[in-house]
Amino acid sequence: MGDLSEAFVIAFHLLTSFDGELFEIIGLSLKVSLLAVFISCVCGFLLGAGLCVYQFPGKRLIVIMINALMGLPPVVVGLTVYLLLSRSGPLGVLGLLYTPTAMIIAQILLITPLVAALSRQALEELHREYDEFFRSLHLSSFAKLKALLWDGRYGLVIVGLAGFGRAISEVGAVMIVGGNINHLTRIMTTAIALETSKGTLALALALGIILIGFSVSVNAAVMLIRSSTRDAEYA
Amino acid sequence: MANIILAALIFCLTPSNSVAGQSIIVQSTTSTQNSGLFDYILPLFKSRTGTDVNVVAVGTGQALKNGRNGDGDVLLVHAKSAEEKFVADGYGVKRLDVMYNDFVLVGPSDDPASLSGTSDILDALKKISDTGSLFASRGDDSGTNKKELQLWRQAGINVGNQSGSWYRETGSGMGATLNLASGMGAYTITDRATWIAFQNKDGMKILCHGDPRLFNQYGIILVNPQKHSHVREKLGTEFINWLTGPKGQSAIASYKLNGKQLFFPNAK
Repeated sequence: MGDLSEAFVIAFHLLTSFDGELFEIIGLSLKVSLLAVFISCVCGFLLGAGLCVYQFPGKRLIVIMINALMGLPPVVVGLTVYLLLSRSGPLGVLGLLYTPTAMIIAQILLITPLVAALSRQALEELHREYDEFFRSLHLSSFAKLKALLWDGRYGLVIVGLAGFGRAISEVGAVMIVGGNINHLTRIMTTAIALETSKGTLALALALGIILIGFSVSVNAAVMLIRSSTRDAEYA
Repeated sequence: MANIILAALIFCLTPSNSVAGQSIIVQSTTSTQNSGLFDYILPLFKSRTGTDVNVVAVGTGQALKNGRNGDGDVLLVHAKSAEEKFVADGYGVKRLDVMYNDFVLVGPSDDPASLSGTSDILDALKKISDTGSLFASRGDDSGTNKKELQLWRQAGINVGNQSGSWYRETGSGMGATLNLASGMGAYTITDRATWIAFQNKDGMKILCHGDPRLFNQYGIILVNPQKHSHVREKLGTEFINWLTGPKGQSAIASYKLNGKQLFFPNAK
């Protein structure tokens, strides 16, 4: 019980004293996850919308695959990216292992299927609704895709947040490909794992509380922006 | 909305480390990181040479494997025979002694196998086996795990048969294994540095130490640039020379935690 209450005290102290190392770690966590989410959203939204609009053989199989890959185990992704980026691996010459770029690549692989599957689900409903309308206008598939993405944008924001949630909380993959190097690839989750292994449980939990706090802030900020732009459009 | 996304992207794309100076990657063990040794000595090296030392802390087995793949410039690990094999196979240039400390057997304060006062580690392990008391093993091919398995063999006990009953393989780092041992009241073997630095002891204490068989030697190796041409030979050699030279050796000796010296330099 002592560790629990102590954790809140430490978290408060770290935040109010503007601990430089802490903010460096938080900054890197946000950078890696936001960039990974952004790239995953570009790919995942297009893929999700494409799966609604285009008809082709084997489509069902792809949908099943993407849905299944939502549960991709992070360690497996981490190991695969390690083997690819290792100096002995096919992409070893790039020298990307143990860099933030490697962590972003791993997170993109993890969350793109999630974003694609959820956005397909969200846009499928909309597509059914619009189907006749689209047909009456004789729209090209690409025009339909654009219309779906634009009209479904508020739903897609939530999909993006789900992707962000998976990225920012992930530890297995980034630990392997980033190496948890101090001042270089250490992020919130790997720092928590390190402190836990040192037995400094209160500090580990304090970092956890701060991580949750930042996650809540990002979500709140996005929701605020979403509702304010929505109101502005209706006004 | 678009402005905000743009701003977030610019934030993401600004590099966090404004000065991208020279650096090397050292594959090392969890004990050297968890004990705080690197946090203490690396800034000293950096201030002398301007070189950043990026430490990837994994078990010795994984560090050697990563070194074979060329994913590091220098290895600082603790499993002498595996290190010598690494060099003999051509993956390392040569192996040098750096420092030592010792392993200790720790366990719950109620001590179900009555080990307290035992100075012979093999006797202690036999008592654990005879009483079927819980023992947490790293089970991860780390330096500590290699040493522990060697001790069981010397004691003539086949722990492979007992895995899952009283012999529990955690498959994780020293800290995680200590957390687990403290949680389930098990004995375990740890290096002394990690033990002193570990803060979740929860009543556990050292029950057997001082046996010469518990000696723990750390060695340093430059990954062979002839195998992996990208190895930063000059900077790596500079780091090895510093750590095994008078400056590095006295830095190691002067690192203390709770008033105790954790590592004893013994480079020749």
